[in-house]
Amino acid sequence: MMPDLGKYAEAVLSSYAVSILLIVALVVLSVRRSRKVRAQLDDIETRRKNHGEG
Amino acid sequence: MNLNALWEYANPLKFMRTTERALPYFWVAAVVCLVVGLVWGFFFTPDDFRQGSTVKIFYLHVPSAMMAINIWVMMLITSLVWIVRRHHVSALAARAAAPIGAVMTVIALATGAIWGQPMWGTWWAWDPRLTSFLILFLFYLGYIALWEAIENDDTAADLTAVLCLVGSVFALLSRYAVNFWNQGLHQGASLSLDKKENVADVFWFPALVSIAGFVLLFIALVILRTNTEIRARRMRALLARERLG
Repeated sequence: MMPDLGKYAEAVLSSYAVSILLIVALVVLSVRRSRKVRAQLDDIETRRKNHGEG
Repeated sequence: MNLNALWEYANPLKFMRTTERALPYFWVAAVVCLVVGLVWGFFFTPDDFRQGSTVKIFYLHVPSAMMAINIWVMMLITSLVWIVRRHHVSALAARAAAPIGAVMTVIALATGAIWGQPMWGTWWAWDPRLTSFLILFLFYLGYIALWEAIENDDTAADLTAVLCLVGSVFALLSRYAVNFWNQGLHQGASLSLDKKENVADVFWFPALVSIAGFVLLFIALVILRTNTEIRARRMRALLARERLG
């Protein structure tokens, strides 16, 4: 299944590894920050509602 | 098509409601295109007769470099919308896009260096395209830092919009440097609508799918991150209101 990359195997594999790692890190960090900010905003809005503020 | 209807999306709530409905489809389409394009390119395409198996780096290097430039162009357009029409969503979309553009530039630079080493015998050369890409990356960092450094959102949006206009010179140079200065190691554009100039179909089709994957990934990420910035802005406004009394 694995193609024969010959003498360039290191270059090709490291390109894929670096790129996939960076993309996954970007997605994970974006999703984590999104969830965190959403939860914080929900907290603040619930608190304001309980205090009768608009 | 009524173009005025587009301005409805300048309303943050309308923007979030509409984009959050579409977001799952963009995630799925991005993952499918990326997996198909990269697996096709890596496992099922032949080696190039000159570059050997390093041609497989093409499916990462070209889409990421295209995105690095085009994301800056998207930031330029949304920054201009902010300057002219003062729509917060557009300024926040530019802010949301910048880290994605920075990561795409790093991928393009890293894969380029890794590819360049066996092909050119060096990781780096002060070639017009490589140098303009490095400067574009520094502009991305400066843009992100400027947003973080200024507390007032509107002032930050104004100043970063001006920085974006200036940086556009380097985004353009990154694309056309090879044409402007016919020197350096980097080859001209690999992809062309002219069939004679374009890469062979066996490389072109998986590259096209991979490019579609990168574009869809960007759309999914920029929607997610813009909505996060809209919420963060509202949070800052509410907290400021609480502090005032």
